[in-house]
Amino acid sequence: MMQRMFPPLIVLAMIFFVCAPVFIAWAPYESTMGLVQKIFYFHLPSWAAMFVAAIVCGIASVVFLFKGRVIADRIAVASAELAVVFGLIGLVSGPLWARKAWGVWWQWDARLTMALVLWMIFVAYLLLREYGGPGSEKLAAGVALFGMANVPFVYWSVNVWRTVHPTTNVVPTLVPGMRGALWWSLIGFLLLYALAMMARVRLEEQRATLERVYRELDD
Amino acid sequence: MLCLLLILGIGVMETSAEEFLVQSMQTSQQDEFVPIDELETEDQLPAAPLLIAAYGFAWIAMFVYLWSIWRRLARVERELASLASRTTER
Amino acid sequence: MKRFFAVAFLIMRKDLRVETRSLELFLTTLFFAVSSVLVFAFGFVRNGRPVENAVAGILWIAIAFAGTLALGRTFERERYHDVLRSLLLAPVDRPAIYVGKLLGILTLLAAVEVVVVPLIALLFQAPLFRHPVLLFLLLLLGTLGFTAVGTLFGAMLVRARSRDVLLPVLLYPITIPVIIAGVRGTAVLLQPEMDLAIVRAWIGMLAFFDVVFITLSLWTFEPVMTE
Repeated sequence: MMQRMFPPLIVLAMIFFVCAPVFIAWAPYESTMGLVQKIFYFHLPSWAAMFVAAIVCGIASVVFLFKGRVIADRIAVASAELAVVFGLIGLVSGPLWARKAWGVWWQWDARLTMALVLWMIFVAYLLLREYGGPGSEKLAAGVALFGMANVPFVYWSVNVWRTVHPTTNVVPTLVPGMRGALWWSLIGFLLLYALAMMARVRLEEQRATLERVYRELDD
Repeated sequence: MLCLLLILGIGVMETSAEEFLVQSMQTSQQDEFVPIDELETEDQLPAAPLLIAAYGFAWIAMFVYLWSIWRRLARVERELASLASRTTER
Repeated sequence: MKRFFAVAFLIMRKDLRVETRSLELFLTTLFFAVSSVLVFAFGFVRNGRPVENAVAGILWIAIAFAGTLALGRTFERERYHDVLRSLLLAPVDRPAIYVGKLLGILTLLAAVEVVVVPLIALLFQAPLFRHPVLLFLLLLLGTLGFTAVGTLFGAMLVRARSRDVLLPVLLYPITIPVIIAGVRGTAVLLQPEMDLAIVRAWIGMLAFFDVVFITLSLWTFEPVMTE
């Protein structure tokens, strides 16, 4: 089923990514930040994709821990990698925007600190899987649970504490020109996430098949 | 029992959150993007290099990652194919 | 329920009895904590006086570092004597084993803090004991949160490769919120006009994290420890 969905999804993703720059360029400029605010149309969607990846990894880890389904483990590791990639895009685009908007590359406010911590948890997940030896899949699943628990905290931190980072109120109050461009980019990024997941899970499946073939050959 | 503990914890959190919120009333946080019609005159830092760097990095990072998946997948499938041909030989 | 805690206390008493015989973990962890404090002392002191607000950070970093060491060593000792496997084979609630180990390590760290906290107050002339109840709550809840996650990961990593470096790699990102809350709470406590509401808010945060971490750890301890 996933194989058949792949080509049309790629076409859809291409459409989104080709049209995105047009919509972003058309979007009105923001009053205090001007041109640099347009980083927003990649910054927010990449963090949104990161949150989705973190939550999917967490849920898959729960299924793997409590039900032992191997496909859940494959989804978990794929999603963790994507969480790291999207998080990295978010962590680079943010400071580039901040340099102009706030005058500094980084601030240790609640949102930025917790977002960095969330990203690091998933890096730690990947390190554990890579270097933890056999049986580290289950251990990593435990780590992913803590990562997933962190996501709502990161999201909501900006509404509770006084942070230099804008609050979540920004999104519902966007004007139509900005809103359209944002949702377009958001859907594009989520499509990208889905596609990359499919490819990455397939890689895990092929690796598992390879191992099984090697084991059968040894017998 | 664990669920009760969680609910208790969230309740405690809510009361703490109120206190932090009081602190935040003292200085305002940006919570709206207000658009303007014409571009303001640029001040010290030019925005374009930062914008290009951000978008560029996003594209490059995604591309590198997808390419790495493709490369690893190709290698595994190559190995599988070679094993398949070896077993059919036998 | 009663049996759960009976098992947990039994395991805690076992750990404490082993520890009191040799005092190995207590003394080495204590010495390490004091050494860390001295390193910070040289790092953060200017003209013989501590940098402002550094004391809270120094205190909690010393706890975090000493805690990581204590966790690593405790489970190394378990691994050496294969104790954990024997415990897991016993017909008891797995989470009870977790709670037992948690209480043991918490007691160890509490003993270390009893020495280290007054020492820091002395070395940095910090009025840490002006509000002893609040300080106690901060230290208790903060150490509990850190230890809760640490016990889970320490036990998890017993059979893993590279466990020495992986424990801090896993532990620190997840427990950073606890450390932050501890530091911020202690910093407010040290101010001349302490804002009670803010300290209570940070204590509330710590309680929240403790609940979440302990709940998650109790949930995942069994599936993660079984093969």
